[in-house]
Parts: sequence; C-alpha cells; structure tokens
Amino acid sequence: MTTATVVVAMSGGVDSSTTAALLVERGYTVIGMMMRLWAEPDSPTFQLGDTAPTTNRCCSPEAVADARGVAQKLGIPFYLLNFEADFKTRVVDFFLDGYARGITPNPCLECNRTIKFGALLTKARALGADFLATGHYARVREHAGKFELWRGIDPKKDQSYALAILNQEQLAHALFPLGELTKAETRALARRFGLRVAEKVESQDLCFIADGEYRNFLRRNIPASLVPGDIVDTRGNVLAQHAGIALYTIGQRKGLNLAVGEPLYVIALDAQNNRVVVGRVAELGKRELIADAVNWIAGNAPRDEIRVTAKIRYRATESAATIFPAPENGQGVRVIFDQPLRDITPGQAIVFYDGEQCLGGGIISMSQ
Amino acid sequence: MTNPNYQLPITNIYLDHSATTPVDPRVVDAMLPYFTEKFGNASSLHRWGQAALGALDESRRTIAEILRAQSNEIVFTGCGSEADNLALRGVAFALRARGNHIITTPIEHHAILRTADQLEKEFGCEVTRVPVNRNGAVNPDDIARAIKPNTILISVMYANNEVGTIEPLAEISKIARAKKIIFHTDAVQAGGYLDLDVNTLGIDLMSLGAHKFHGPKGIGALYVRAGTPLMPMQTGGSHERNRRAGTENVPYIVGMATALKIAQSERDVTNARLIALREKLIVGILERVAGAQLTGDPKQRLPGHASFVIPGAIGDEMILGLDLAGIAGSTGSACTAGALEPSHVLAAMGYAADVARGALRLTLGRDNSEADVARAVDVVADVVGKLRKQ
Repeated sequence: MTTATVVVAMSGGVDSSTTAALLVERGYTVIGMMMRLWAEPDSPTFQLGDTAPTTNRCCSPEAVADARGVAQKLGIPFYLLNFEADFKTRVVDFFLDGYARGITPNPCLECNRTIKFGALLTKARALGADFLATGHYARVREHAGKFELWRGIDPKKDQSYALAILNQEQLAHALFPLGELTKAETRALARRFGLRVAEKVESQDLCFIADGEYRNFLRRNIPASLVPGDIVDTRGNVLAQHAGIALYTIGQRKGLNLAVGEPLYVIALDAQNNRVVVGRVAELGKRELIADAVNWIAGNAPRDEIRVTAKIRYRATESAATIFPAPENGQGVRVIFDQPLRDITPGQAIVFYDGEQCLGGGIISMSQ
Repeated sequence: MTNPNYQLPITNIYLDHSATTPVDPRVVDAMLPYFTEKFGNASSLHRWGQAALGALDESRRTIAEILRAQSNEIVFTGCGSEADNLALRGVAFALRARGNHIITTPIEHHAILRTADQLEKEFGCEVTRVPVNRNGAVNPDDIARAIKPNTILISVMYANNEVGTIEPLAEISKIARAKKIIFHTDAVQAGGYLDLDVNTLGIDLMSLGAHKFHGPKGIGALYVRAGTPLMPMQTGGSHERNRRAGTENVPYIVGMATALKIAQSERDVTNARLIALREKLIVGILERVAGAQLTGDPKQRLPGHASFVIPGAIGDEMILGLDLAGIAGSTGSACTAGALEPSHVLAAMGYAADVARGALRLTLGRDNSEADVARAVDVVADVVGKLRKQ
C-alpha cells in the first residue's frame, strides 16, 4: 500500500475521473484539482434562438460540477484553480502568434509542457504532492535510472504524441494509469466505480474556442494578420486570391475556389510574400524536414543517425525515417523519410518512436 | 467507492466564521416545530395560521428589542444581500423625485457595490464612493464633504468582512441626521458581535443576515426606521407591511431571532474570549511568517477577525494548503473566492495588486480554542514556507 500523495488533474470527463478513482483504489492519497483555463467568451451578439455555443470549451459550470461530484463520491478534496492568465499567455497567444507567422502550431503540447506539467505540477509539488496524474493514454517506465515514455496500449487512444515534450523531471512526477487500459476498459471501470460520467462523450478539438471553428477564432482575434494575397502555383503564376494565409493548411484541397481542371492542394504557406502556394498531388510530397527545439526524453540527443518511426501530426500514421543530428541548428535535427509525406506542416510537432517507446519530438520548421 | 485508507487530516479547525457559522443546536431546536406541527401560513386566519403568526410576531419583537426598535420596523428578507438591495434600491426609487445622489464606500460588500453600480448605470443615480484610509476606515469628514443638495442616502458598512475594520457609524450618522439624509448600514458581519442599538448608532436602515451569528442561511432582515421612504422591490401580498411580499419563512425567522438573542446575550463573554484568541493568532502569525502584515485596523476590528497579507504566497494556494491540513480559512470574501482580481477592499486601502494577492483571512468563532490557534499558526507557517519554495 502506497502512502504517496498524488494530485489528479480533473476535467469532469470519464478519463480523468476514472484516473482519480483508480488511484484512490490503489491507496494513494488523492487530491483532485481542476484548472480554470482561459476560454473565449460567448459572442456578444449571441441571442435567444441562436444555436448554443459549443459545450467543448474549458471548464463549463457543468464540467466543474461533474468533476466535483466525482471527487465527492470518491471522498477526496477538490480544488478549482485559476490558470487563465498563464494559459492565455503561454498557450492561446502562442497559438495566435504561430498562425500570424504562417505556421500551424499545436497548442496541446504547449499546454502539457507549460501548464499541466508546468504550472500545475509546480503547485502540486509545493502543496506536498509527490505526483501529478492525468487521464492521458500513455505509459511511464523507469528503466536504468531514467524515465521512459511509452505509448498507451490502446492504439486508437495513444496520446504519447502530446507528451513527447516532457522532460525527465516532469516524467519522474507523472502518473498515467490509463496507459495500461483501452478506452473501453476505462468506461467499464468508470461504470464499476459508479461514476456518473461513465457515458460522457469525448471532448474534441481546441478547448478555448467559442464556436469550435479555429478560422473564426483567428478572424476574431488576429484580424490584422489576415491580409488577403495571391494563391500561386509553384511557378509563381497567380491563380486566385486568398483571405489571409493563416486560414489555410498544408494539404488542404477544399475551399480554395480554384477553377482548374486537376485537383490542387496547398503545398506551402509563404509568409514572407503572403502567398499560398498550391500544386498537384505529385508536388505535395516531401521527404525531408528540419525540426527545432527537439526534446529527447532520455535527456540527451543521440550522437549518430538513428532509425525511427515518426508522426508528423497527432492523427497521422507513422512513417519510417532516419534522424540526423544537426548540431549547427542548436537542438535541431534533420529527418529523412523513406517515402515522401504529403502534409508536413511547419509548426506541428514531429514525434519519434522506437517501436512502442516514444523517444521525443520537436517542432517542424521547414520541409523540402 | 470511497477509499477506506484515505487519510483525512487528524483535526479539522474551522477558522472561516466570517464566511458562515454552524447553526447553534439551540437554534435548530427552536426551528424544528415550525417545519412540522406548526407549519401554518402566517397569513391564514385559522389556528394553524395563528400559531405561525404568533411565532413571527414573537421573533420580530425579539429582534426589535435587541435593536431598540419597534416591531413594525423589522422587515424579514431572504438574506443579508437582499436586505442591502432593498435598502439601496428601495430608497433610490422612493426618493427619485427628491434626489438621486448616493454616498457609499469602495469597501462595501458586493451586495452594496453592484447595486450602487446598477443604480448608477441603469437608473440615473449618481454615486460617490468616499475613500478609506490604510486601515480601511472611513473619515466622517469625507462623508460630510461628499454631501450635495441631491444626496438621498448614505450607506456605510458597520464592519468590513475582509479586514474586520469597524466603521465610525455614530459620527457619520450625526452628519446624516443634520442634513436629513437617510443612513443605511450593512451590519451583516457585526450582527453577532457589536451593539445594534439603532438609536445610539443613529441608523435608519440596517441589514442583517442570520448565518453569520449561528443562525440558518437563507434568512435576513432589514431594519427600516418608521417614516423612512422605501419602495418595495418584491411586490405581491401584503406581507411585511407591503415592504417585502412572499409567505413568511417562519422556521427560519424563528431561527434568526433565537440565534441573534443568544449571540447578543452572550456577547460580552464571547467577545472577550475571541479578542484574546485573535491577539494570540495575530502575534503568532506576525512572529512566525516573515514579512506578514496585519490588514485592517489593529484595535477597531471585529473580535474574532484576523486578516493579513503575506508576501511570496498567493491567497488561494494558502487556502488549499491549509485545507489539506484540515484548516478552513479564506482570502477575503467567500463571495469572491476563485476570482483573479485582487480584493477591491485591499485595493481601496492602498495595497498594490501583487501584495493584495497574498491575502489571508482567519476568523475565529465561539467554538475555537487556544490549541486551534496554536495549530493554525504552525500550519500557516509551514504552508507559506512550502509555497515560497516553489
């Protein structure tokens, strides 16, 4: 029987609720904490009869009540902590700044790094907790004095991608009990524990956007960065106009309004010249990319080239690749894929695996 | 499924009596018959109604006696906030032909502040918020200077909920009386501890809430001096002499009267004990927590009220740390817990926002002991030490 104290980051959803219940069952002293994060307010034009805004936004009163109800059922203390200012600066502004610069940032990784396993972990430790647990589907293993990150055993739910930016210190204090379970098993456990959130639907998308549509969010928050410009082909011929490059993503085909016979895809966002570059499907593939700010979970970068599988988006399938150290680029690496990939997107994270083990990841800065 | 091994803190110490108090068992006993065998509607003519009306009259008389008022000057409300709302809006609407200027302070409870804001923004009132000094006290001369020909109402709280400072009501009331301006006080925090004689204090309207003095939540009262113009805000039947419609909540009214009577009759003994404990608590924290400062007036303060600002620690985090150790405290007002903005009271007293974020309020009650105070000092010192290391 453990005597360790663990803070569980609770959201009112089935995953974090079951995490708390499992840890209570395992004998930990459990403290529930919910983070109040910044979320876009309802539109001031919202009126009676409009479609209700998405319920996905962070920390609705219903979600807080669900989390508090679970904590009371488990007999654990529960605290709602305000991280709005930190989250706005470190995650939301990071997201907006990225789009304003013509890249496609992933705010979830930044949130895990700076908010959940940053500010929240710090507070948890200051209040005497040994661990911070979340409902992520991933596993931490201690091996030869180091903490390793492994995929969750449910391939459909594995969330190691979003945790690849954690360091040794963070992983040493992380607990992910759901990494050993499938989502179906989690729900079954939630039912067995009698949690009323057992059947709650999954949350999706970005938690801070009022209508769930990130392009509208950009229009509302960085209108000055949405400057119309040219849509060009790879030879520089102007084909049409765009409404601001931040509204386009690599690999996008729909919504370009191009009257050209053959389907065209966004193949690059040229921020310097404010151009969206489109091309045929054959022009879309790239074999090579540079990744910056790479986090190697083991704490040190491999000295030589290594063979890995890599994911360039959370939902992407993995591809075989070779990583070459790029010491001239600080913490950067060069990655060459065995086969060209269609939608390598600057700003997104690339995460490296050796089989089931997550080695780390970085931010894609350019591809060729 | 609850873990049997879960370790609750060994001793739980409640030090948040300014937020609310446990209901005195004697109060519960007095209330219980009015839920069941004496359940009648006080407006009914039959004997069931008469039993309820009798209890209502008796309770009204009890409270009136404590206030040195007439029974018909007591209006029961749903809570202290409702009494505040009725006082401000009721006078502003009743006197709108005579004037529209209200004088208050920036350290009032939100029930006053937001009502005044709304009267100003939506109903054409003019509001002057007279400043307070570093201890949170109003200078009566400032009130006098703020008076204008169109001033209809002055509202100053009896004692502040966040810093415990007692305001100079008797001096302010002389000014109001001389100018024939209605004087309201929010006495919600003072109710169980201070003298409520509306004549020596010179009060025309006084708000009370039962749960601050070991009565139940959900019941309050507004004292309305005979002749004070007041437009009802809740209209309907002729309850409370047309000043507040709605079937009287007899069991809670009985509870409020019983609680106030107990609190006021035991006041001298309770206050002497609380002041001694409070001084131990203040001295202990100032000694053990480097940089801690007492907020509010060191002497003119509520008997059990200790409040501080503690550099290098954030209020909400201290509350969490204390709670995990089994001690209930607060940052200031329970009504604003979880808000990001630092306290409006400390801001008005001249504390910078970053200092005000370290606010900690510990408020003693009649069940607290010296051992509770000693343990609280230890835990605060320990929690602040840990938080400062993060």
